[in-house]
Amino acid sequence: MLKLEGVSKRYPEAGEVLSDVGFHLARGEMAFLTGRSGAGKSTLLKLIAMMEWCSRGKIFFDGQNISRVGEWRIPFLRRKLGLIFQDYKLLNDRTVFDNVALPLIVSGVNHQEVPRRVRAALDKVGLLGKEKKYPLALSGGEQQRVGIARAIVNKPSLILADEPTGNLDPDLSAEIMAMFAEFTQVGVSLLIATHDIELINSLHYRVLVLHRGRLLEAGDGDD
Amino acid sequence: MIKPARKGRAPFWRRMQDRGHAYLLNHAHSLFSSLGRLSRSPFNTSMTILVLSTIVAMAGGFYIAVANLQLLTGNLKGTNQISLFLQESVSENAALKLAEQLRRREDMQDVKLITKKQAFEEFKQHSGFADALKILDFNPLPHVLQLTPKSQTDSAEQANALTAEFRQWPQVYFVQVDMQWIARLQAIMQLVDSGVKMAAGLLALAVTFIAGNTIRLELQNRQDEVYISKLVGATQAFIQRPFLYAGFWLGFISGLFGWFIITVELYLLQGPVERLASLYEGGFGLRFMNFREFLGLLLASTTASLVGAWLVLNYQLRQLKPQ
Repeated sequence: MLKLEGVSKRYPEAGEVLSDVGFHLARGEMAFLTGRSGAGKSTLLKLIAMMEWCSRGKIFFDGQNISRVGEWRIPFLRRKLGLIFQDYKLLNDRTVFDNVALPLIVSGVNHQEVPRRVRAALDKVGLLGKEKKYPLALSGGEQQRVGIARAIVNKPSLILADEPTGNLDPDLSAEIMAMFAEFTQVGVSLLIATHDIELINSLHYRVLVLHRGRLLEAGDGDD
Repeated sequence: MIKPARKGRAPFWRRMQDRGHAYLLNHAHSLFSSLGRLSRSPFNTSMTILVLSTIVAMAGGFYIAVANLQLLTGNLKGTNQISLFLQESVSENAALKLAEQLRRREDMQDVKLITKKQAFEEFKQHSGFADALKILDFNPLPHVLQLTPKSQTDSAEQANALTAEFRQWPQVYFVQVDMQWIARLQAIMQLVDSGVKMAAGLLALAVTFIAGNTIRLELQNRQDEVYISKLVGATQAFIQRPFLYAGFWLGFISGLFGWFIITVELYLLQGPVERLASLYEGGFGLRFMNFREFLGLLLASTTASLVGAWLVLNYQLRQLKPQ
């Protein structure tokens, strides 16, 4: 599903942020990406989300090399990705329904199908009935779940989450992780960047540790 | 429910049909939602539209003013008469003979003799100088031959050749070509016309930049939306669309208002112009914009604004990269 080979990223100002990173994430696999602040977690996610380009190496997603791809193809590849952010990145002047519907509208889904799929996604994250609310009227946990609903509404094959539980209390975090685990059951792969060690330790998933731009541990987390 | 999208769920044509439908729907939605968005910041929008429609009204006003002046000067065409003022020593008989001689010429259509006496009477009646003329014990006016050359072209060459010929004649004191001032006026009109075209070009450029700047501000206000749309897979075309439609509306509405301003101004000018025309015994009425000109104004203003929006989007959207 996702395969990185010798990926490096160098910024003119900051030098090499990632060096020779390589791993493979299978279909339906969930993995944590961890490391200290500045270890390169966010950069790695940006490379996979095609928000940045790697200086060396190759990234394969769904069998395609996305490290070198024409600008015009990016939108179509992004539709197969679900992105979840620490700060949710919701549109606060739009209702929950409109926020979740955005990826469907953007990819030209039949308008009769949109409400059904939005409701299905909201049902999945337990927010059915809040379609007409505005994001700022919801709690942090609820807003994050709107973000998750938006990420899954387009049936992505890979979900990238950047500190999805960063602003949530442990109970809510556990709830969201349980939700993610459910997604793997239907063949979705997830890569979750977090520095919440307790959370990682409480679950038995593969852990990728970044240290100063290098991947230290790519083994299975089930010890 | 979140199974990865699988191909071939529905027949190909069915999916294409759905897609086409969604595409059209998206266009229609952008068209009206961009209008709605403009109306949600009424102050900014009305300021912009006011500025734009003033510019449109200036450009269109210049145009219609020139069109009216051309109508006015156009009526003067074909009066290319040549007046021969004869020497004082030429008698009435000699003048009559000269007129006869000219009438036989092939290149003359009409020759009219205004004798000293006729001219004096006419002058007394029409000029209001009757009392002053009474003081004079002689008639200072010469005989005049009014010639209308045959070919009614306004070719200056022909007129010049005739003038040169008549100047050689000993009986002729002075040759006056009535066409000359018309030719000059028409040359001036041409100059004014090109000047107005240039001004219209500059004003169109102003519309382009003002609309572009408005769209730029709108883009800045909606940066988040652009970022997030890009992140969930929106194409450049999708992101551009509502902004382009906003540019379209700005230009279109300004075109309408601009036309309205011009029409109101023409109505206000109509009275004074008619009063002036009546003083000159002319039946001149102001010409308003016709339907084609109205459409042209609307099209020009919409195009200029749309181009402005397009330029800004092409430049700015490249700068806006998701973080």
